[in-house]
Amino acid sequence: MRPNSLRHLGLAATIGAMVRPVEATKLTKKFGDFVAVNGIDFTVEPGETFSLLGPNGAGKSSTMKMVSTVSPITSGSLTVLGADPQLDGRNIRQRMGVVPQEDNLDLELTVRENLVIYARYFGISWAAARALSNDLLQFAQLTERADAQVESLSGGMKRRLTIARALVNEPELLLLDEPTTGLDPQARHLLWERLYTLKERGVTLLLTTHYMDEAEQLADRLVIMDQGSIAAEGRPSELIASHVSKEVLELRFPAHPDGTRNRPEGLDRHGFRVELLPDRVLVYADDGEAALQTFRNNGVAPSASMVRRATLEDVFLALT
Amino acid sequence: MISTTRPRWLTITGLRHFLEHQFIRYRATWRSTVISSLLFPIFFLVTIGFGLGSQIDDTSSLGTTDYASFVGPGVLATVAMLQAGGLSLWPTLGAIKWEGTYQAALATPLTAAELATGHILWIGIRVLVGASLYLSVLVMFGIATSPLAALAPLAAALTGLAFAAPLSAFTATREKDSSFGPINRVGLTPMFLFSGAFFPVSQLPDTVEWFSRAMPVWHGVALSRGLITGTIGWFGAVGHTAYLLLWILVGWLFAVRTFTARLSS
Ligand SMILES: Nc1ncnc2c1ncn2[C@@H]1O[C@H](COP(=O)(O)OP(=O)(O)OP(=O)(O)O)[C@@H](O)[C@H]1O
Ligand SMILES: [Mg+2]
Repeated sequence: MRPNSLRHLGLAATIGAMVRPVEATKLTKKFGDFVAVNGIDFTVEPGETFSLLGPNGAGKSSTMKMVSTVSPITSGSLTVLGADPQLDGRNIRQRMGVVPQEDNLDLELTVRENLVIYARYFGISWAAARALSNDLLQFAQLTERADAQVESLSGGMKRRLTIARALVNEPELLLLDEPTTGLDPQARHLLWERLYTLKERGVTLLLTTHYMDEAEQLADRLVIMDQGSIAAEGRPSELIASHVSKEVLELRFPAHPDGTRNRPEGLDRHGFRVELLPDRVLVYADDGEAALQTFRNNGVAPSASMVRRATLEDVFLALT
Repeated sequence: MISTTRPRWLTITGLRHFLEHQFIRYRATWRSTVISSLLFPIFFLVTIGFGLGSQIDDTSSLGTTDYASFVGPGVLATVAMLQAGGLSLWPTLGAIKWEGTYQAALATPLTAAELATGHILWIGIRVLVGASLYLSVLVMFGIATSPLAALAPLAAALTGLAFAAPLSAFTATREKDSSFGPINRVGLTPMFLFSGAFFPVSQLPDTVEWFSRAMPVWHGVALSRGLITGTIGWFGAVGHTAYLLLWILVGWLFAVRTFTARLSS
């Protein structure tokens, strides 16, 4: 795939470079009495890739919908591309791309028609839209399926088309809600590469993900959300350094026939912070081998053990 | 910075983009829907207009030479109501709730007001197409004799819109389709029967007659019939049109509100 097929993207991004793409202060979203987003503060800088991480129901999509100007904020303040989403929604959307968590392609149209019709909504001429669709079909690796009905595509292909569709207007700000869910590893890595290309062109990316490796790969900065609030914020490396130890020792214990784990009590009494997961126990230690020795000396006999570098996933598990 | 002029909430450009989209979608399915929307009124014309009409000798009180000339134009407006009503229920809920295409469109510069307006207009356009085809059948049977008949599809479209606007507004407030069956059975079907398409509503008891006259479909029937048979006067034409427009206006204002509320949760 030629990298220059994306040349049309990101040109506009340099123009608005001084405005912060997203600024949220005490941003709150309630559904009735239920608080989905609870007064969060965050700022996305121009050209940055910013990620929202968090477990199911944390409020990531609710936040994305407010930024996408579709969902009114309940309280707090929000500016997107320097404007108020409630008053200037149309102007903001003209310069923004949105990849929703659930694909919402038009299943009655062909792959190419989906791109062309979408481009028309942005005021792009039919001729330009058709030319653009060729680039975007290549981007999504769907050129061979251009005239197929969308209904006949696989889940991953639909996802790629949704992402390509979000690029029709050369957005300065691209919102991606779990962009790689449902993609196979090849498609994921390809998408990361494409997103990286967009970033190099100055496009600001705001993305949510469940995949820690994705956040580590892509995000300049991220926030970890839990139950509507921000639990931590920073660069991936900073978060790892400040919230977990250098290494992680993983211990496994044999399963009972009834499915529960035969775990000794009081694993947290040996001077280390531990995280009990359904299938294994994580021990945070700067020297994992030494920690393992400590456990063995105290009579803890795991059926398997492993020492590895701490990752963002450990931060996530420790905080949520 | 984004331009400081407030964007307008309703533009011709936005409506055009929305309708273009619907046209492209329609290209795949237009054949079957056009044929069914043409056959539907023809069934009424043939069975009731000609079939039942063959048993009716004296049509002097109807103001037409034969019964089919009375029923044929009335069916134009009532079928417009039924078609618009049908499109405002299940397909509207589907578009809003299940298909996701409306949500997708709202990630573009399109506004919810444009979407609501375009949605209703698109129903009006489909009614207009069906009514025009049916009118050509009325011409073939020699029922449409007046040059004013050329305006009858517009009258049908107004009749359709007078139902599409408030009903779509209602549908946008629904989570489930459980009310749609009753709306059909005790709403649209009685209005169809009491619309004045098959007999003059003056035959009805007074309260029922006034109820019938208050419904937009009666005005649609009177307008269509007057245009097709060339018996309409200025007063009637303006009055019926204004009444239909009132329903369209109020329904449309509601639809803008309910679509906006529904699609921006
Ligand atoms: N329209 C709605 N009405 C009522 N509650 C809602 C609505 N949308 C979201 N919620 C609730 O708000 C909370 C946050 O949902 P949200 O979709 O923002 O989570 P999320 O972080 O995106 O989760 P996931 O990772 O599963 O996508 C959930 O408890 C959800 O049930
Ligand atoms: Mg979500």
